[in-house]
Amino acid sequence: MIIGERKPLEEVFDRTSSFNKILVLGCETCVAVCLAGGKKEAEETAEAISLHRKKENQPVEVKAESVQRQCEFEFIDEFKDLMNDYDVVLSLACGVGVQTMVDRYPEKIVLPGLNTTFLGYPLEQGVWMENCQACGDCVLDKTHGICPITRCTKSMLNGPCGGSSEGKCEISGDIEIECGWHLIHERLKALGKLDYMEEVEPPKNWSTSFHGGPRKIVREDVKIVRGE
Amino acid sequence: MFAGSNLEKVLANGHFAITGELGPMRGTDLGPCLEHAEHMRNHVDAFNITDNQTAVVRIASMATAIKLVERGMDPVMQMTVRDRNRICLQADVLGGASCGVKNFLCIQGDHQTLGSEPQAKGVYDVDSTQLMKVIKDMRDENKFVSGDEMEAPLDAFIGGVVNPFADPFEYRPARFAKKIAAGVNFVQTQCIYDMDRLKEYMKRVVDMGLHEKCYILAGITPLKAIGAAMYMKNNVAGIIIPDEIVKRLKGAKEKPGGVKAEGLKLCVEQIQQVKEIEGIHGAHIMAIAWEEKVPEIVEAVGGLMPRPKFDD
Repeated sequence: MIIGERKPLEEVFDRTSSFNKILVLGCETCVAVCLAGGKKEAEETAEAISLHRKKENQPVEVKAESVQRQCEFEFIDEFKDLMNDYDVVLSLACGVGVQTMVDRYPEKIVLPGLNTTFLGYPLEQGVWMENCQACGDCVLDKTHGICPITRCTKSMLNGPCGGSSEGKCEISGDIEIECGWHLIHERLKALGKLDYMEEVEPPKNWSTSFHGGPRKIVREDVKIVRGE
Repeated sequence: MFAGSNLEKVLANGHFAITGELGPMRGTDLGPCLEHAEHMRNHVDAFNITDNQTAVVRIASMATAIKLVERGMDPVMQMTVRDRNRICLQADVLGGASCGVKNFLCIQGDHQTLGSEPQAKGVYDVDSTQLMKVIKDMRDENKFVSGDEMEAPLDAFIGGVVNPFADPFEYRPARFAKKIAAGVNFVQTQCIYDMDRLKEYMKRVVDMGLHEKCYILAGITPLKAIGAAMYMKNNVAGIIIPDEIVKRLKGAKEKPGGVKAEGLKLCVEQIQQVKEIEGIHGAHIMAIAWEEKVPEIVEAVGGLMPRPKFDD
C-alpha cells in the first residue's frame, strides 16, 4: 500500500495561516492503515490547527472529515456541498488523493498534509518498509519475491556490491537497512536456486518506469465509450 | 591484447604489476595530483584515477586520465555507475578512448548519501557488472547498448573490483566469475588487512580457475595512523581490520618512526605476502593522502625495481 507520514505541524500551520475556513480531509484507505491520514489523524490535525490559531489570536473554522478513497471521483463527489463551506482543503491523503481532489474541484485550493513516502507494508507495529518502486517490469519471479530494485540501495541486478557486510547495507546508520542481495542470496539458497546468482542480468529497460515519462494505462476493453 | 596499455603489457608478460591510486582534487588545480603521479612515475605501471571517490565531488576521472596520457603515463580511468546513465557512461568511454585512455575500471561507487552531496539523486541505470558487458560489447561487437553500430572501434582493457571481505562470503567467488562472464579483464581487490580471509578467498578463486581468466591485483593501503585504522574498522562497510593489526600499530607508538613507520612496514610485508599467493598478479597501492610514500614502499618490497619497459 501507499505509506505516508504527516507533515510537521509547524509546516501545516504555516501553509494554512492565510485561510480562515479549513477542511481537513483524511482518507480511510492506505494512509489510514499506516496511521498517517485517516479520520483520527484528521481530527488531531484539525484540533492542533484550532489550538494554534487560538494561541495566535487568529481564530479559524476548521472541520475534520474523511473519505473512503480520496483517489477516486465517485468517493469524493459526496463532498461537493461541504466543499462550498470551506476555502481550503488540507488533504491527509497521499499525493494521488490530493491531485484527484484538485482534478474534481479545480476552483478549490487543496494542500498536502502528508508526505507520500513509498509503496510498502507494515513490518511490525510502528515500522513500515518500502518494497516496490512500481518499475513497470516486475522481476520478482527471478529473485523469488525480494525486489532488487527496491531492496538494494543501488538497484543492482547482478548481486551485492562490496558494501554488504553481515547482511547490512553500507548506508545503514541509526536505522538498519538490510542488504537486499544478501536476502535474495539466502532465499535462493534455501530454495536450491542459487544458479540465478551466476547469470549476468542485462541492463534493465527503465522506460517502463517513471523514466519513460509519467505513465498512463489505456485499456480499450474496459473503456466506456459515450454516445454508443 | 585488448588495448595494449602498459598495464596490460606488464600483466600479459607475466610480471607482478604495480599500480598506484590518485585522487583528483576538489578544486580546479590538478597540480598536486599530477605531482604525485610524476613522483611515482618510475615505480608504478599504471595510475588508477578515482571517480568522485567516496561520493565526494572532485575533478572528473576522465579529465585527469587524459592529463596523464599527455604526460606519457598509463591511466586506469575509474567509472562509477552512481552518477551517469548508459548514455553518459558510453560517451565517457568514447571520450576517454579518443584521447588515449586504454584502461577502464567499472565500479558501483559508494552510495551518494555517504558523500559530500547526500541530497543528490543517484543514477544506477546499469550496475557495475553490466557496465563491464557494455564496454565489452562496444569493444568486441562494435555496438552500443542499443545495438547501434559504433562509427570507429574501441580498444579497452576492462577493469573491475572484487571484495573478498564483503558478505555473503560464500557468494563472492561466484560474483567474481559473473564479472568475468560480463567481460572484466583485470580486477583489484578491496584493501587487504585480513590475510587469512584473502587466502581462503583466493583458494576458492584458484579452484574455480578464475585466476586464469582475469588478472588479480591485491589492494593495499598503508595505515598512517591508529585513528585511520579504527575509522576503517568501525565505519567502512566491506573492510576488515583484524585486532592484531591495530594492536601492532598501537605497540609501535614508542618505537623509532612511530605508528607511521610501522604502517609502512606492514604495507611492505603485505605486498611481500600477496606476491606469494597463487593467482595474485600484482598489487594496487592505495596510499590515500600518503601518495609520496609509494616509491619507498615499492622499493622496500624487493625485486620489483626497475619496472618493466616496453617499446610501443
